[in-house]
Amino acid sequence: MKKATTHISQNEGLIFEKSSPGKRGYKLPPLDVPAVTAAKALGNAARADLGNMPEVSEIEIIRHFTRISTWNYGVDTGMYPLGSCTMKYNARVNEAAARIEGLANAHPYQPERLSQGALRVMKTLADCLLDITGQDAITLQPAAGAHGEMTGILLIRAYLQSKGNPRKKILIPDSAHGTNPATAAICGYAVENLKSNAGGMVDVPSLVAQMNEDVAGLMLTNPNTLGIFEQEIHKIADILHAKGGLLYMDGANMNALVGKTRPGDFGVDVMHLNLHKTFSTPHGGGGPGSGPVACKKHLEPFLPAPLVVEKKDGTLGFDYDRPRSIGRVRAWYGNFGMHVRALAYILANGPDGLRMTTEDAVLNANYIRKQLEGVYELPYSTPSMHEVVFSDRKQTAKGLKTGDIAKRLIDYGFHPYTVSFPLIVHGALMIEPTESESKEELDLFVDAMRDIARECEKDPDLILSAPHTTRLSRLDEVQAARKPILRWKPTSKGAAE
Amino acid sequence: MAYPKELKYTKEHEWVRVEDATGDIGTIGITDHAQQALGDIVFVELPKPGADITAGKSFGTVESVKAVSELYAPVSGSVTAVNEELNTTPEKINREPHTAWMLKVKIKDKGELASLLSAGDYEKFVAEEGK
Repeated sequence: MKKATTHISQNEGLIFEKSSPGKRGYKLPPLDVPAVTAAKALGNAARADLGNMPEVSEIEIIRHFTRISTWNYGVDTGMYPLGSCTMKYNARVNEAAARIEGLANAHPYQPERLSQGALRVMKTLADCLLDITGQDAITLQPAAGAHGEMTGILLIRAYLQSKGNPRKKILIPDSAHGTNPATAAICGYAVENLKSNAGGMVDVPSLVAQMNEDVAGLMLTNPNTLGIFEQEIHKIADILHAKGGLLYMDGANMNALVGKTRPGDFGVDVMHLNLHKTFSTPHGGGGPGSGPVACKKHLEPFLPAPLVVEKKDGTLGFDYDRPRSIGRVRAWYGNFGMHVRALAYILANGPDGLRMTTEDAVLNANYIRKQLEGVYELPYSTPSMHEVVFSDRKQTAKGLKTGDIAKRLIDYGFHPYTVSFPLIVHGALMIEPTESESKEELDLFVDAMRDIARECEKDPDLILSAPHTTRLSRLDEVQAARKPILRWKPTSKGAAE
Repeated sequence: MAYPKELKYTKEHEWVRVEDATGDIGTIGITDHAQQALGDIVFVELPKPGADITAGKSFGTVESVKAVSELYAPVSGSVTAVNEELNTTPEKINREPHTAWMLKVKIKDKGELASLLSAGDYEKFVAEEGK
């Protein structure tokens, strides 16, 4: 095992369990103001009994939280090949930009003339994203990807409604992210499944057969969740447009396209971007995310208000006068802190840098594909873009599944890949390295995956009982789902009071 | 596990059993292949008695540790009974897929049964799909 593991095996209890009566983590100076009794000041709201508040010393608190922080795994501790999530490096320059005082302390009620810098950030980001996507108009409001999807489908609904009929159905490929059918249903559409062909792409004859005047649109991820570029995307767009439907693109996998090709040029009417994937803003652990929605001219009137616009005198302001808008989708102007970070990323890379990022992301995925082909089964031979999907078929012969292999990968010091998705692959291992990883880190990952494949042959029990180096070993996921324990309960009366 | 001959099967991996003398009532569940593909089942969402279901359309969902999947009705009809036991013990579907039933329905059109697969044909279909 070449790589040191990141997990520290420590038996750390809950802070409540450390409590003992009378311990304190603070010391106050003598009272130098008149004393006030709580009951007198607060009436019934005063509490003498604080319930389960832990009583611990300062060093105990510090050690407790420092220890549990070491059980974490993030992109700053190692490769995070969680396919479809694009867990790339969150550059420190983004954080420096987001902490510039005038941006960090800006207030949404600040007058426009005092917010020109913040407005310029939003306008420049919007212009860059339009350039990257080949679209005509954009809203930065949506808070994350699925929220962007909902905004996009509401735009489609509003547009079709304005033509007299919002239609009934949305077509969704069987390889799609689960959020796509959920979005369509939330927006009042019936979902119709579209099957994939042997190459892992949309089956065009099925699309032709299923497309009719009841279909509002198709929600397509490109490259799709198999990491495969939809090679007939033009034809797909034409089939939809010929019957008055619209093409929505889930931009989750834009990391494979930036600087290379533009959805607006291959027939996409509306799409979302995940700034927390493609544009390097923090992902996971609360983010927050950001899911701008870009669209073609015909959908622009329906975009949420307000939009940032340039006024005649050259200053920037908010345009609220949008009578056909679907309305606000979020308070204020979206997750502005993420707009700053994404813009910092775009400007730091520049057009050539962004293009190279895409090339490196695709190169890294294909390096892993080449190194692991034959060790794990490759269900689709169509060329990969930014991620590669293997199947666990070779390993299931020994009774080992993708989830077991993923658990063992933790022992080697890596975050697991995406397990069992997309569903059209038997026991999927979905691996997305991103451009952030060096060849050295990729080689460590490849070594780990090869070692695990050997272990599957020789010592299946080692895999079935993994992980071994984490604080807790294999958890009972089934029981956790069937009979979840959702809150801590004191074990003794003493601990409770 | 062998697929019982007295059941009729769908390509979406549900089964239906018609057992009473009149042939009016169908009992519905999911196949052994379905439960294997899903993995450990943790939750089943079913319609209430009195609800109408339509052949080929979704009548509920089944959730495993892996995914949530739609359940498709093998025949049209109105629900006369729901297996409440599955609320607390969904693992019964994993253990005995061909006896752990989900719904009983009053069949609307017995003609629909003719388009379903026999045990032999279903077994062939599953083998073909797995290739």
